[in-house]
Amino acid sequence: MSSAWPLWEVFVRSSRGLSHVHAGSLHAPDADMAVRNARDLYTRRNEGVSLWVVPASAIIASDPDSKGQFFESPQGKDYRHATYYTKSEGVKHL
Amino acid sequence: MRPEDIAAAGIKAPADVAEYALRLGDDSLILAQRLGWWISRAPELEEDVALGNIGLDLLGHARSFLTYAGSASGRTEDDLAYWRREGEFRSAHLFEQPNGDFGRTIARQLVASFYLYELYTALMSSTDPTLAAISAKAVKEVDYHRDHSAQWILRLAGGTEESRRRITRALELTWPYVGELFEDDDLAVSLAATGAAVLPSALREGFDAGVGAVLREAGLEVPAVPAAPGGGRRGKHSENLGYLLAEMQVLAREHPGASW
Repeated sequence: MSSAWPLWEVFVRSSRGLSHVHAGSLHAPDADMAVRNARDLYTRRNEGVSLWVVPASAIIASDPDSKGQFFESPQGKDYRHATYYTKSEGVKHL
Repeated sequence: MRPEDIAAAGIKAPADVAEYALRLGDDSLILAQRLGWWISRAPELEEDVALGNIGLDLLGHARSFLTYAGSASGRTEDDLAYWRREGEFRSAHLFEQPNGDFGRTIARQLVASFYLYELYTALMSSTDPTLAAISAKAVKEVDYHRDHSAQWILRLAGGTEESRRRITRALELTWPYVGELFEDDDLAVSLAATGAAVLPSALREGFDAGVGAVLREAGLEVPAVPAAPGGGRRGKHSENLGYLLAEMQVLAREHPGASW
């Protein structure tokens, strides 16, 4: 794939969806063509009402190798949640 | 209006309307066949899909028009697509032009899509309800085809020296076939008088404005080249159509009645 056709990531919001969901990627010479190619590749069965395309180079991803400390489970850290704390007496609404 | 709906409704086209519908169906059928060649051969995967999509849109239009055309004589869309000879095809010469390189296909698409857009927009108010219904569905699709070809004209013209040279040449090779699309003949004149059809010459202004705007933006000239003889509406074709039909029809003729 030539450098003239960079990679784009495609996000589609379906007609009944609340948010844009990553649908896949494609190559296109520029943003306008990327939107059109996305329409051809990812909305041919009426899946979407809105399309976002983003140059893949603009996306910063978390480091998969640092999964351990980066996404450490919140389990066992109840004190992080409001439900952990009891209300003081006399407080009706909090 | 899908071909199944037309067949199921038992509509029978008047003889002159059927002949007119045959022209519309043949234009789209031949161009769809041409575009099918690109599948797996386009410059990029995404463009492979785009050209395939456009080809399928056109095939859909062709099927509806041919089903309607055949209703006058009791012939099916398959009868008309696979069992007519070259001299019985009514397509204009533009549509049978070779694919050439990508630029040449885009130049042909530019002319075809801007012409078809003007045509179907006008035919939406045809007094013939079937022609109006098919056109109303088709116009949305050819509107997208217009956009696709215009975008590519801009990019090829503004690309490399080589791409600009090629698209300029492609337009010169394509333009001799523009005139035929807007020729009025007896059938078009008499059907336009009843409001069933649209006078081809009446579409020229909109076509020139639309295509002119794209070429201006791309910094390209409208080619000043002499018109080719034409005659497609009377069944007179260039050497291109015979080869195309031989390939398109071989399966149906080798295995009559086969279904898949």
